Amino acid sequence: MSFSTNPIQKHSNPVQKDRSYAKKAAILSIIPGFGQFYNKQRGKGVLFFIFSIAFIVVFKDLFNMGLWGIVTLGEQVPRDNSIFLLAEGIISLIVIIFGLLFYYLNIKDAYHNGKKREEGFEISSIKEQYQVLLHEGYPYLITSPAFILLVFSVIFPILFCFALAFTNYDLYHSAPANLVDWVGLETFKKIFTVDIWRSTFFDVLGWTLVWTLIASTLQVSIGIFLAVVVHQKELRFKKFFRTILVLPWAVPGFVTILVFAGMFNDSFGAINNSILAFFGIDGIPWLTSSNWTRLALLLIQGWLGFPYVFIVTTGVLQSISDDLYEAATIDGASPLQKFKNITLPLILYSMAPIIITQYTFNFNNFNIIYLFNAGGPAVPSSTAGGTDILVSWIYKLTMQNSQYALAAALTILLSIFVISIALWQFRRTSSFKEVK
Amino acid sequence: MAKKTVGIKRQRTIRMTLSYLLLLVVCVAIIYPLVWTVGASFNPGNSLVSTSIIPDKPTMSHYSDLFAQDGKLFYGKWYINSMKISILTMVLSMLCVSFTAYAFSRFRFKGRKNGLLLFLLLQMIPQFSALIAIFVLAQMLGLINSHWLLILIYVGGQIPMNTYLMKGYIDSIPLDLDESAKIDGASNTRIFWRILMPLSRPMLAVVAMNGFTAPLGDFAISSVILRNPEYYTLPIGLYKLVSDKMGASYTTFAAGAILISIPVAIVFVSLQKHFVSGLTAGGTKG
Repeated sequence: MSFSTNPIQKHSNPVQKDRSYAKKAAILSIIPGFGQFYNKQRGKGVLFFIFSIAFIVVFKDLFNMGLWGIVTLGEQVPRDNSIFLLAEGIISLIVIIFGLLFYYLNIKDAYHNGKKREEGFEISSIKEQYQVLLHEGYPYLITSPAFILLVFSVIFPILFCFALAFTNYDLYHSAPANLVDWVGLETFKKIFTVDIWRSTFFDVLGWTLVWTLIASTLQVSIGIFLAVVVHQKELRFKKFFRTILVLPWAVPGFVTILVFAGMFNDSFGAINNSILAFFGIDGIPWLTSSNWTRLALLLIQGWLGFPYVFIVTTGVLQSISDDLYEAATIDGASPLQKFKNITLPLILYSMAPIIITQYTFNFNNFNIIYLFNAGGPAVPSSTAGGTDILVSWIYKLTMQNSQYALAAALTILLSIFVISIALWQFRRTSSFKEVK
Repeated sequence: MAKKTVGIKRQRTIRMTLSYLLLLVVCVAIIYPLVWTVGASFNPGNSLVSTSIIPDKPTMSHYSDLFAQDGKLFYGKWYINSMKISILTMVLSMLCVSFTAYAFSRFRFKGRKNGLLLFLLLQMIPQFSALIAIFVLAQMLGLINSHWLLILIYVGGQIPMNTYLMKGYIDSIPLDLDESAKIDGASNTRIFWRILMPLSRPMLAVVAMNGFTAPLGDFAISSVILRNPEYYTLPIGLYKLVSDKMGASYTTFAAGAILISIPVAIVFVSLQKHFVSGLTAGGTKG
């Protein structure tokens, strides 16, 4: 081994002939802290040892209960609540992963310091260690609050949902009268084999896709078009128009959706009673016929969604240099040609990420669907209404029908769908390259 | 040649006239619902049957009804709840997001790449699709109706996407600034507060706006956790006001909608220029 000729070795401690510090320390730290003790870092060793004892003592019951619970999901009613047991099980798995991470770091630390001793370096004192920790640990220190929060408010719910999809949790299998069982892929199979579920699923999926495509394309094109119109050099009162045009974005969305729900009301809404009556058109069943509700939803989303695109497009337009247009004018290009060959490509190119997010946003646009007409009008013998998209259907299954396992399975299908499309799109943008 | 300029001039006049006409129509379409709401809020009665934009007998009674606190209507409480939750979510997510973004942008540490990839994936899954888990969590911890649980969940949901935006923005600030400060003996935290945060103000404004508006507009998660009327936020409260089959009151709703929309819209329009530059920078860069 090459380090035996290392000159630094010469001023090392007297036991230098024994060269297997690293391995010994690593093996000893199977009991956390002992390796550090062996490396003569007493303070650290004591600290590690106490920490691991405390970890086991504090979480002993959780592990015991949680691991038993996640395997069996409870054995006796009404003593066991399967869902709480499942949640405890997942929490204990998360805690165990953190524990294993600490354990791994403990062994690695002992090995590392043992190696340092082999090479004849002085082992740093606890004060120096503290300095090193402060320096190297800084990024971990400042990310930890966000990370811990993320684990319990985002990652835990996702894991829980994932687990739930493989159980039979619903109204008939819930505490305190009944237990929940693991059923594997049963729920997924049912989505595609039970007739009523399959037809509802494909109806909802179909409308979700149509909704996403039309609503997003509509709001993006209105936004871009109006930005170009307002940007025209000769147009006056630009500031006034821009202020008015951002108003739909400035007013809280839930307020406007509820206002529209009132305006589109079949019997007393202003659309039927004032506007259409003014043109002599009969009232339209906006809230009781699926297709009319769909049209209303698309119009409202166009109204709500265009200002954001409008503002960003205006920013892009202001950054396009005038030279391009002057050169085009000299070449005799018409305004339409200028728009098609200069403005539009530049906008689409630099706004691609924003345009993509409009689509993912509408795919999950729960508020407008639910607040406008609660996903309705209701469809006979179906848990989904005529305008429900996947997320609002999942919400209803959870909150109204207690079909928890089905909702969880649908969530997984939806997540897989969104993630695969988004990854496919993001692969081309810079943000993803940076991660790689 | 002269003929051609005349032609161009006429073309321009037509184009401008069409533009003004179009913008006029759009402005009317935008303002009409807003004015209609104002009108409804001054109309007597509960329903909208006889509503007109300029009511014959304007009444302020719906505004006083809001604060009368009878039955299930706790408008004042909902307002305070919403403001409290939105402002705390905004402040906490700004803190979490900017520190995390600073770490991801300026430090190279183990787990950095995996962390970024995790954030990228998490921002794509809508948080409220895990509703059941949030509900069970609230039940287990005995935190049904807890505003703090709601705030923590919101902040967690804000972190992935906003960290991404913020990291992108900090990346665009030259590293030389940090390094020269470091030579002068500034600590990491000092560099963060004194140099990077002031320079990323446009993106901070975007993060603040997201942190404020997301809780204010959320219906799904808050309706799962907040079950008693006095704990409601405005979206749930106002929704219940119009969806209640027995005593739906659109006019009282309209008054309540005005009282929240006007302040928010004014703040939004006046602060607009601060976050628009952040949006354009973050959004178009990707």
